[in-house]
Amino acid sequence: MARRAKKAALAPRDEAAMRRRLVTPEGVDLGLTLATAGQRMTAFMLDAMLMIAVLVVFTLVALLGLWATEGHGLEVLAITWLLGFFLLRNFYFILMEMGPRAATFGKRIAGLRVVARDGGRLTADAVIARNLMREIEVYLPLSFLGFEAAGDGVDTATTLLGLGWACLFLFFPLFNRDRLRIGDLLAGTWVINAPKRSLTFDLMRGEATGATYQFTEEQLDAYGIYELQTLEQVLRAGNDDSMAAVASTIRDKFGIGEVDSNEGFLTAYYEALRKRLERKLLFGRRRADKHDR
Amino acid sequence: MNAPAQFRGLRAEREEEWRRLDALVSLCERKSPRALSDDDLMALPVLYRSALSSLSVARETSLDLELVTYLEHLCARAYFFLYGVRTSPGARLRQFFVHDWPAAVRGLGRETLIALALMLVGTIAGYLLVSAQPEYFNAFVPGDLASGRDFSASREKLRESLYSGADQDGLAFFATYLFTHNAQVAIFCFALGFAFGVPTTLLLVYTGAMLGAFLALYGGHGLGPQLGGWLIIHGSTELFAIALAGAAGLRIGWSVVFPGAASRLAAASMVGRGAATAMVGVVFMLIAAGLLEGFARQLIREDAVRYAIGLTMLLLWLVYFYAPRRPRNG
Repeated sequence: MARRAKKAALAPRDEAAMRRRLVTPEGVDLGLTLATAGQRMTAFMLDAMLMIAVLVVFTLVALLGLWATEGHGLEVLAITWLLGFFLLRNFYFILMEMGPRAATFGKRIAGLRVVARDGGRLTADAVIARNLMREIEVYLPLSFLGFEAAGDGVDTATTLLGLGWACLFLFFPLFNRDRLRIGDLLAGTWVINAPKRSLTFDLMRGEATGATYQFTEEQLDAYGIYELQTLEQVLRAGNDDSMAAVASTIRDKFGIGEVDSNEGFLTAYYEALRKRLERKLLFGRRRADKHDR
Repeated sequence: MNAPAQFRGLRAEREEEWRRLDALVSLCERKSPRALSDDDLMALPVLYRSALSSLSVARETSLDLELVTYLEHLCARAYFFLYGVRTSPGARLRQFFVHDWPAAVRGLGRETLIALALMLVGTIAGYLLVSAQPEYFNAFVPGDLASGRDFSASREKLRESLYSGADQDGLAFFATYLFTHNAQVAIFCFALGFAFGVPTTLLLVYTGAMLGAFLALYGGHGLGPQLGGWLIIHGSTELFAIALAGAAGLRIGWSVVFPGAASRLAAASMVGRGAATAMVGVVFMLIAAGLLEGFARQLIREDAVRYAIGLTMLLLWLVYFYAPRRPRNG
C-alpha cells in the first residue's frame, strides 16, 4: 500500500518522460517505463549488500572449515575461496540476468528488469557485455579510493584526479535521458520498470452507494481524468486521513455539507465521474485534467 | 447510460483469462516452461494475444488506472517471455565453443595484430631501456612482482628462480591465484577500452615493457633461452589472452571514436556484444594459462619440454581460432 501511495506522488510528467514505445509484432505499444536513476541505485545497493553478506558468510565458513580440519584443509579452502570470490564478483550479475526474469535479486525487489533496447530478445552476449563494464563503473572508482586508503606512495592529487575521472563512468547514467550505464550503452540494453502488479477489485461496485448522492452537471464537470485517477488511488489505498482530506476539499468546492461516510461519498462521486468521463471517451473526448476544457 | 456497464463487462468477461496468463507466466519465471502442461503451453500465446487486445480496448474505453497498468505490465511480462527465445544451456554452451567464440576472435583480427604490435613495441622499448640503464628495471617491474629478481641478484639466484618448484603443495592455490588475478586484469583491460582505448593501449605497452625488462635482466646473464622456456610454457596462452582482451578493448574504443555509418550508440552496442563473447573466451584461456603456470611450469624443468608445450598450445589456439571452417548453415 505504501508503495502505491508513493507511486501516486510521482508527477505524471516524470512518468511521461521515462516512457518508451515498444510496439509488439501484434501492433500494440506496450509503453514501457524506464527505471529512474534512484531505482537503479537502490537495486545495485541491494545487490552489493547481498554480495558482501554472501562473501562474509563464505569467509566465515571457510575459516570454520580451517579450524575444523586443524589447518590441513588450507589449500583447498583457499582455492575455493578465491574461485568463489572471483565467480561472485564477475558472474553473479551475469548469471542472474541470463535467467527468465532477467533481473538480479536487487532488481527484482526494486521491480526492474533488463531488456534489449530494440525490443528483441536479450542475448547472453549482451548480458555479459553490460556486466563486464561494471569493472570500470564500480571497481575502478573503488580501487582509486583503495590507493588513497593504502597510501601506496601515489600522491593525493593524482588519486583525486583518477577518482574524478573514474566517477565520470560511475555517474554516466545521470547524463543521458535514457539512464543508460556504460554497460547498457555497449550492450544495447536498458532497464525498465516491471513490477508485479496485482488486480485488486473493481471500484465500480454497485448502485447501492450511488443512489445516495446526486451530482449536478456542473459538479461532474469540475474534474478530469488526472483527478479521477488520483481519486482512484486514494480510494484503493484506503487511508482514512487522506480520504477525509480529499472529501472535504471536494465538499467545500461543491458546497456540500457533512456526509455520513467519506468513503461512501468519494466512491459515489468516483463512479459518477468515471461514468461521465468514460462516456466522453467513447465520443472521442479525452479530458486530461481539470484545466482541460 | 448503458455504455459503462459494457466496460465493466470487459473486466468481468476477460478477468479469468488475465489471471490464468498471469499464473502461467509466473510459473514459467519461477521454474521453467517445462513446468507447464501441454494444454497450458498451447493456451499461452492465445491468452497473450487476448490480453493484448484487452489492453487496447481498456486504453480506449476504461479510465480504471489499476486495470490499464495491470494489463500493461502483464502484457509486457508475457511479451518478454514469449518472444525471448531460449535455448537449453547445453546447446548454448556448445554453440559458444563451436561457433561463437572463434568467430568473435576472428572478428577482432585487425585489433589483435595491433595489440600484439603494441606489446612488441613495449617489449623492445623495455629491453633497450633496461639494457642501457639497469635502473629502469625498478620502474617497470613492481617490487613485489620482482621478488628479489633484479640486477643486484647473482646469476645463480636468477637461474634458481627459473627452475624452483620446490614447495609443490601450494601449486593448486598458486594456479588459482594466478588465474583470478590475470582474469581480473584482462577484464579491466577490456572495460577500459571504452575510454577511447587509451588506457588499454597503455596497459598493453606496459605489459610488454615488463616482459622486456625481464628479458634484459636474464639476457644480461646469458639466461635468455632459459627465461624463454620459463615464459613460453604459459605465456603463449596468457599473453595471447591478454592481447585478445586488449584487442576487444581497442575495438570498443575504436567504435566509440569512429562509429562509421551507424550511430555512435548502435556501433558501440554492436561491437560490445561481439567483444563480450571474446572476453568470456579469454577467461577460459586464462584458466588454461593458470593451470600451465601453476602446475606444468613448476613440475617440468626441461627447457625443451617447456618450449614444446608452449608452442603446441600456441598452435592449438591458432588452429582453433583461425583455421578456415565450413560456413554455418552451409
